Amino acid sequence: MLPIIKNIYFIHIMKEEVRLMKGNEAVAHAAILYGCDGYFGYPITPQSEVLETLEALMPWETTGMVVLQAESEVAAINMVYGGAASGKAVMTSSSSPGISLKQEGISYIAGSELPALILNVMRGGPGLGTIQPSQADYFQATKGGGHGDYRLIVLSPSSVQEMVDFVGLGFDLSFKYRTPAMILADGIVGQMMEKVVLPPQRPRRTDEEIRRQCPWATTGRNGERKRNVVTSLELESSRMEIINHRLQARYREIERNETRWEEIGVEDADYLIVAFGSIARICAKAMEMAEEKGIKAGIIRPITLWPFPKEAVEKAARGKKGILCVELNAGQMIEDVRLAVHDSLPVEHYGRLGGIIPSPQEIVDALEEKLINNIP
Amino acid sequence: MKEEIIIAGFGGQGVLSMGKILAYSGLMDDKEVTWMPSYGPEQRGGTANVTVILSDERISSPVLDTYDIVVALNQQSLDKFSPRVKKGGILIYDTSGIHKLPERNDITIYPVNAMEATMEIGHPKAYNMVVMGALLEAMPYKLPMENVVKGLEKSLPERHHALIPVNRQAIEKGRTLLGS
Repeated sequence: MLPIIKNIYFIHIMKEEVRLMKGNEAVAHAAILYGCDGYFGYPITPQSEVLETLEALMPWETTGMVVLQAESEVAAINMVYGGAASGKAVMTSSSSPGISLKQEGISYIAGSELPALILNVMRGGPGLGTIQPSQADYFQATKGGGHGDYRLIVLSPSSVQEMVDFVGLGFDLSFKYRTPAMILADGIVGQMMEKVVLPPQRPRRTDEEIRRQCPWATTGRNGERKRNVVTSLELESSRMEIINHRLQARYREIERNETRWEEIGVEDADYLIVAFGSIARICAKAMEMAEEKGIKAGIIRPITLWPFPKEAVEKAARGKKGILCVELNAGQMIEDVRLAVHDSLPVEHYGRLGGIIPSPQEIVDALEEKLINNIP
Repeated sequence: MKEEIIIAGFGGQGVLSMGKILAYSGLMDDKEVTWMPSYGPEQRGGTANVTVILSDERISSPVLDTYDIVVALNQQSLDKFSPRVKKGGILIYDTSGIHKLPERNDITIYPVNAMEATMEIGHPKAYNMVVMGALLEAMPYKLPMENVVKGLEKSLPERHHALIPVNRQAIEKGRTLLGS
């Protein structure tokens, strides 16, 4: 049953289907429509519209979703930890420096085997850096930004529509595997406006449904079962090793089942471009421009950055003359690409740093300079 | 159909909102659209620009090297973007404050005095809609006015819907400027 709708703006929003939205706004809508129980965040450019839009939509009056501006990023992620421990669908969002602050909490959530959704709308670093788009948090997101042997399911959206879709997908996967999921977006997808189709409103789960879906959650035991303890602490190392093995087994299962990617014109191509997020779209334009010059390039876009689609990249690279990794960083994903292809062909990197976005022509030039003119 | 457009000017001229109304109008006409605000370091120097793409097909890059149409509202933007109009493309610029004219003879150039026209209609805040009128008139893709009005309705918060007639008037005024 849908909750009673008191908020006029919300009714206005709900009756339309196709809309123009910024990626950040779209995430806010998608969270409410998914039936998310709580959002805890702290403003930072370029993702402040997530919190702003949630505040404007006032979902606490409609679905009952909690929206809270915490006193800091650290507080926000620990509120997520608490909400997740009680089986709620909770999320936070931030941008690079704020995500660094959240790493301790993320490691605890992973160690406690809890579901949660974290959005990082990356900006240029290191440090406070710039507010312009970047992809320099690839290592942090995919290799475990906090301490300990853990992984996040990392989804990389390249359009506003995917910002919407990955909220639902991220929550679903994170509950399925009791592992936190991250949407690793860049400032471009966060700030650009595109057409989106929003999903229908899903009701938030009832307490009864949460008890059934999350028997591990701290939902109140009513004297009926043993108490559930949610912790990442286990001082007995032999038991801690068992927990680690359990996590690793789950990560292997995620690798087997949840690897996602997109291919554009790979089969007939001589060269392969690997790019993620919005940059893959700039590469798609570059690919068209290169074709006019008689250069045949194909693109493989990892959608899950972890698990990385290594078999797909290896397969796509077969018979190619070389690979160009285009990233808004100094060369991070390229390491996964080189591992995937076992360095069996030349793998080059082209990147812009500190918030600069490459134009399609720059990518064509890089392709010619780094691969075509260099390979005999 | 595909129109790759950049609108560039000073912050406060309504560049981003004009782009938004244009994008929304395209959306109302069943086009694929992207709206990409300026992300260059120049934004801090007081200039703002927005790339709007309207297309029948799925749009790849929201970031471009060259454009079908450039709308330049100050000298800096004119200098920067007039070389980036595609051959055979269109350049529209506001003549007020321009001292160095564009040097291209392979494109169609429309100098428009949008600032003066805005003063004539007596609604200084509708400047961007006067410019939009000129753009709509010059653009090979003819966006039906009814969808532009729908775009306005979608872009403006409801409390500002009373201003739609003024915006419409400004657009109509802008449409008359190309020949002048």
